[in-house]
Amino acid sequence: MNFLRVTRPEVTLSFLGKIARINWVLVILLTALALVGSIMLYSASGGHFEPYSSRHGTRFLIALGLMLVLALVDIRIWMTLAYPVYLFSVLLLVGVEWFGETAMGATRWLDIGPIRLQPSEIMKLALVLGLARYLHAHGELTKLRHLIVPILMIGIPFALILRQPDLGTGVLVAGLGLGMVYLAGLSWWIILVGAGFAGIGLPLFLMFGLQEYQWRRIRTFLNPEDDPLGSGYHILQSKIALGSGGADGKGFLKGSQSHLNFLPEKQTDFIFTMIGEEFGFFGSVLVLGLYLMVLGVGMYVAIRCRSSFGRMMAGGVTITFGLYVIVNVGMVTGLLPVVGVPLPLISYGGTVVLMVMAGFGLVMNAHIHRDSVLPTGKTLIL
Amino acid sequence: MRGRNDDTGAQFTRRALVFGGLGALSFGGLAARLYQLQILESGKYRGLSEENQFNYRLLVPSRGRILDRHGRIFAGNVENYRLLLMPEQVKDLDALLSRLRKMFDLSPAREADIRKKFSQRGRLSPIPIANNMDWETFAKVNLWLPDLPGIQPDVSEVREYPNGEDSAHLIGYVGRVPPEQSNENEPLLRHPGFRIGRVGVEKQYDLDLRGKAGALKFEVNALGRVVRELPDIRTAADAGDDLQLTLDKELQAAAWHALDGTSGAACLLELETGAVRALVSTPSYDPNKFVRGISSVDYQKLLSDEYKPLYNKVISGTYPPASCFKMVVAMAAYDAGLINPRERMRCTGEITLGDRKFHCWRRRGHGLVDLNTAIGTSCDIYFYELAKRLGIDRIHDAAKQFGFGELFDLSLGVGSRGIVPNQAWKRARIGEPWAQGETLIAGIGQGYLSATPVQLAVMTARIATGVQVRPHIVSLHTEPAQPFAPVSFSQTAFQIARQGMSSVVNKSWGTAYKPGGLDGKEMQWAGKTGTGQVRKISQAERDDRVIENHELPWKLRDHALFVGYAPLEAPKFAIAVVVEHGGGGSTVAAPIARTILNAALAEEPLQSARSVVEQP
Repeated sequence: MNFLRVTRPEVTLSFLGKIARINWVLVILLTALALVGSIMLYSASGGHFEPYSSRHGTRFLIALGLMLVLALVDIRIWMTLAYPVYLFSVLLLVGVEWFGETAMGATRWLDIGPIRLQPSEIMKLALVLGLARYLHAHGELTKLRHLIVPILMIGIPFALILRQPDLGTGVLVAGLGLGMVYLAGLSWWIILVGAGFAGIGLPLFLMFGLQEYQWRRIRTFLNPEDDPLGSGYHILQSKIALGSGGADGKGFLKGSQSHLNFLPEKQTDFIFTMIGEEFGFFGSVLVLGLYLMVLGVGMYVAIRCRSSFGRMMAGGVTITFGLYVIVNVGMVTGLLPVVGVPLPLISYGGTVVLMVMAGFGLVMNAHIHRDSVLPTGKTLIL
Repeated sequence: MRGRNDDTGAQFTRRALVFGGLGALSFGGLAARLYQLQILESGKYRGLSEENQFNYRLLVPSRGRILDRHGRIFAGNVENYRLLLMPEQVKDLDALLSRLRKMFDLSPAREADIRKKFSQRGRLSPIPIANNMDWETFAKVNLWLPDLPGIQPDVSEVREYPNGEDSAHLIGYVGRVPPEQSNENEPLLRHPGFRIGRVGVEKQYDLDLRGKAGALKFEVNALGRVVRELPDIRTAADAGDDLQLTLDKELQAAAWHALDGTSGAACLLELETGAVRALVSTPSYDPNKFVRGISSVDYQKLLSDEYKPLYNKVISGTYPPASCFKMVVAMAAYDAGLINPRERMRCTGEITLGDRKFHCWRRRGHGLVDLNTAIGTSCDIYFYELAKRLGIDRIHDAAKQFGFGELFDLSLGVGSRGIVPNQAWKRARIGEPWAQGETLIAGIGQGYLSATPVQLAVMTARIATGVQVRPHIVSLHTEPAQPFAPVSFSQTAFQIARQGMSSVVNKSWGTAYKPGGLDGKEMQWAGKTGTGQVRKISQAERDDRVIENHELPWKLRDHALFVGYAPLEAPKFAIAVVVEHGGGGSTVAAPIARTILNAALAEEPLQSARSVVEQP
């Protein structure tokens, strides 16, 4: 596989040199996804730019700027900031526990002046950075004791997010962390033993660790038709919308399910259903294709990186992004239970757009610094 | 410690590609799921989506009208102006109600009801505010509609019977669909605004009058509110067909007024076609009350009334034909060669058969009477003798020729056959052999014999015309229908009957003579009185003093009957009148019949009627 790894001598990158190394394919793909989002949000508000579509566009442009800024910063600075960012995010999650805003039975938001923050979103990036830094320095994962620190780094935010309660984000955070540990080279025997423990632990967790509303969601996920006007309503209406779209859809702005409000949360978590209803099977597969290309580019960037930190960063963000899409589309198609996971870059919601683009800022950063050799251990550059 | 830059590169690449593969696999799974939902099962979900999106609303068709022979309305439709309240559009109920109170009378009970329904949250169905509003108030509310958020005016059709009581039994009424019919395969029957014919012509011709429902397709949102109407998918309702009757609205009213206050029935026939011109049963009820929903107090009153206002006496009530039957006996006896019309008999007021005495209505007797006098004075003794000569079976056969025992339900779905007894009938029904005394009683139209007023009118029509006139109430488009078959009696026999009936009303000694004839023009006509005895008069009572009718309780008084036709030559109308427990046929029933015939002659002057027939 070494044909993918073109080793070049390390160069000191000038500002223009960095600009030249920007991966424009990624930029175009992300912009295309955001454009799909704006188009669907235009439809979701009944053929108006206000209130969703225009704001979504503006937010994306700001986030794109942020992404490029994050990408151009020296990768060493990120390495230095990794642990502080991680700790700060954990503190924010603790803050939610004490000062958070409660909405719909869950405490997920922090009000800081004019900004309404969802620390669990920030946590995903922070965990990518923190783990990347740790795994860069401690690549050897052949003994159980090597895993103590990564497990704690994953476990603490996971537990805090579960307490909010937000099962969806919690599972995403855990999946992302474990995925990074695997990428870093976790020994196969540990993986097998872990899988064994998970096989025992998961049923126990399901029995004692879930809230009543989470159980209800799982039950309705298994049998949505049992209660079509109650909790199964979302899944059923979502499937009706998708199915009635057929091969080529009902046409832009013509989705009856979404425009007559049968579809819940059509501008946020269920926006993929609208794509399926208005643009049919071809439309929805096309969007899935766009996402798959983004994932491909992300993984390519990770593999292409010389530094473990860069690889972990790009890999972690790509895994997060992929999990978002799979969980969201799985949810609206009735394959997975309804958990509040948005469709990245298409669903309406500021924090998610910002965080996803910040994540791709890190991917881009790894790409720009793909040939940089980074020091190991505690030697910090700054 | 080794550097962590390049050495694990190969392993990372491998694992990243594994992840890439897993990702691609997951996406493939999602695409497969989308293929299943959007391609394979698309039809099913498309149907469900349509069900979500569209609601169908039935449009109730306008019910066909029921018209009289001149196109005047027996049953029509009027617009009902209503106000409905759409609960979710109301912001301030108190302000709204106080504004409405200024515009029309809103009773406190009604208001309380509205508030109660309004407070039941989650309901989307409109709340009725006012019903049967007059046009001016309705127009006023419509004018102020912009200031009355949540108020929706509504116009629907209600059945109306302008004649009210006089034709209630005939026309019937419409009402809610009875539960046993509502599961028939016709969605209209389950529409809350639909009314079905429950009685009379409304019921029998319901399918013709009903029309065909239209449909309206609406787009609705998730709350069930109408978003828009789809005009291209609107199918207009097909109004029901109008139904034209042979009846005459004016004559119906005249007949009803002539009978009003009694418990009775009258049937007026046009002879040439058998068209029924008036068909009345008294007392009656207001069908409009049934349409709007009759109160239980009113309904109980109708049920408990001794005069049985809900009962259609003219086709279902059976009465002894009494002396009205005598023409049939006379004709049968003549054609059997059992009587010479000039043969005289002596009436002493009573005859004896075995150890039983049979009395004439005139206690001191009529003296010597021939057949014509016997009919004209209604001598019972003469007919006892004729009956004795004929025997019950020949009386039975003759009666059958005149329509007795035959069901003329006049497309009203109800009706009685009455009873025409013979020996076989008694053996089968009562299990006893026939007694000769019963034959004598049958000779004066009493005993087991019974007939409906319609049958009496048919008998009269057949005597007047010599053909088997059959009555009908719905205008036939093939009018005049096939000629009626002749009644198989000799012309002389008919002459005897007609002459006798003429004597009854035109001779000064006739039982129903009144100077002046008919039509105010001394028009000669024909008739026969009848007084149907209800109770048995004992020998002891006869020896002492026969109790006068007006001294008896109503239920025991005699039935008053009269049959007749006019004019005497070239007859056009036949009539039968029965007044239950009314007393004497000559004093009570005959004047009513005369009034109705006069009205008929005034309504349809003979020359004009003839000119209509002669038109090419």
